[in-house]
Amino acid sequence: MADNGLTPELMLDMYYHMALARAVDDRMWILNRQGRAPVVYTSNGHEAAQVGSAFALNRGEDWICPYYRDLALVLAYGMTPREVMLHLLGRADDPNSGGRQMPAHWGHAKLHILTGGSVVATQDVHATGLALASKLLKDGRVSVAYFGEGSTSQGEFHEALNFAAVHKLPVIFFNENNGYAISVPSRKQMAVQDVAARAQGYGMPGVIVDGNDPVKVYEVVKEAADRARRGEGPTLIEAKTYRFVPHSSDDDDRAYRTREEVQEAKKRDPLILFEARLREAGILTDEKLKAMQQQIKDVVNDATEYAEKAPLPDPATLGDHVYGSL
Amino acid sequence: MAVLSYLEAIRETLRQEMRRDSRIIIYGEDVGVRGGVFRVTEGLQKEFGEERVIDSPLAEAAIVGTAIGAAINGLRPVPEIQFADFIFPAMNQIIQEAARIRYRSNGAFHVPIVIRAPFGGGVHGALYHSQSVEAFFAHVPGLKVVIPATPYDAKGLLAAAIEDEDPVLYFEHKAAYRSLKGEVPEERYLIPIGKADVKKTGRDVSIITYGLMVSYALKAAEELEKENISCEVLDLRSVRPLDVEAILTSAKKTGKVLIVHEDNLTGGIGGEVSALIAEHALFYLDAPIVRLAGPDVPAMPYSPPLEHAFMVSPEKIRDKARELAQF
Repeated sequence: MADNGLTPELMLDMYYHMALARAVDDRMWILNRQGRAPVVYTSNGHEAAQVGSAFALNRGEDWICPYYRDLALVLAYGMTPREVMLHLLGRADDPNSGGRQMPAHWGHAKLHILTGGSVVATQDVHATGLALASKLLKDGRVSVAYFGEGSTSQGEFHEALNFAAVHKLPVIFFNENNGYAISVPSRKQMAVQDVAARAQGYGMPGVIVDGNDPVKVYEVVKEAADRARRGEGPTLIEAKTYRFVPHSSDDDDRAYRTREEVQEAKKRDPLILFEARLREAGILTDEKLKAMQQQIKDVVNDATEYAEKAPLPDPATLGDHVYGSL
Repeated sequence: MAVLSYLEAIRETLRQEMRRDSRIIIYGEDVGVRGGVFRVTEGLQKEFGEERVIDSPLAEAAIVGTAIGAAINGLRPVPEIQFADFIFPAMNQIIQEAARIRYRSNGAFHVPIVIRAPFGGGVHGALYHSQSVEAFFAHVPGLKVVIPATPYDAKGLLAAAIEDEDPVLYFEHKAAYRSLKGEVPEERYLIPIGKADVKKTGRDVSIITYGLMVSYALKAAEELEKENISCEVLDLRSVRPLDVEAILTSAKKTGKVLIVHEDNLTGGIGGEVSALIAEHALFYLDAPIVRLAGPDVPAMPYSPPLEHAFMVSPEKIRDKARELAQF
């Protein structure tokens, strides 16, 4: 393809991970409605932003600090659907937390996915700290914090960007702006139109990108990562996107947005847009799509079955891993 | 053997540790060029450079939060919070992040950081430069809370804290910085975290305490010797973990326990120590457990008579211990 480094194979792989994430997401909701999964947090609608950014990184080497919306991100970063389902169902072998954290609290040491808590924006400062170590150790890694626009109201968002900019750290702040923090629209979150505008206040570039276009996202993240690796400091990226379903399986978004608004947004469903584009470019054919859909169905079935059969944690392990040694 | 002040012992330990391990970095407010507002880190930036001794932006949550990230990516950060009173903006990072990361990741991640902070009153610091904050953190599984009482202990406990694979809060009493002096060996040594130390043996009353109050208790004990009252002084050294065995051994030995801390009474370390004794050594006691602590007022006031009234002093300890001995 163009000079952005995205080959047809990579584009196809991007599409695969977006479609896989949507399918895993759909399955999780079904499991929830059947009473088999207590709670679900979705990435439905955010797939292009997440997968596009993951592909621009040195996956497994660069650090990512995700938040609860980032299912498609962690799948694209190397977490398997089986691992996702182990996490959803609180199984002992869940690599994120051994069944300790509620779903969508990602963390995978081997893949360099940093564990996260529930208080938003805490991970922004961690990404800055990871990058501080990278600068000193010269390990060539870039760290990326992922966060919703609501969390940019937090003090730690500010502290993280300021610290990173002062010390010119190799870190990217990647905002997935879907316009709502659960029910609160962004106009009640900030008096500026764009999260990216805030970058100016920290002395770093602020970039707005269409979060429904994985190629554009890939390109801006790649550029920010290159910049970071050259020692030129952090970048704030704002990927504008939309969440097509409620915040979680316990939310009802009819309370705060109209069905018309959601339907309108779905016209720009990143999966549909990217599929059309790949077809147009001759990268995706009916045949390939059919095979991929079958593969995804098999993988999701396998993951569900695997996780449901997997053992739950032994209550005797409740006290494990409080300290390394006492 | 060199005689060092409490402050010098901490500085020389930082220097020795940083020479030993290039992964150790120090940062915080004013720790670089200025060497810290108390001069604990004086000269360290000159020796180790701006990359390892960093004047960070004035933001406590970022100081601790970035330390967490840096530790996970391979460094051994020893951030300083300028005053313990300023640690509260970082509470979420300490309690919900640093303390919980090992547990919530099922052992996949851990956070080897040492957060140093000067604490304590009696230095005209008023409400926001005098506080004792250890009880907040002692409540949290996943944290270790160390409070050295002597220059010798300051060195061995700091080296052990830096060696530790988990987050350690290391509280340094401001009034101890220059007033306490003692012999400190040049070579590196570790004092295990969680082991209390009998600073003075005695028969009649056990005074259980930590930090600056250890030296106050020793002064009180010395005076009471003249009255033929023999006090044992047990220095907890860390308030999490507590050395349960040492506490019970001393309580059983004397049968009379006075617990002393500068932190305010309710919900303080004294409550936990006395509960342990009540649960495990009640029938060895010859008198009710006594707690001597800072009063339950929000924090230490500025004006000298008010500050003096707040502070625990050697005289107050002496009087309480005498009362208990005579029970």
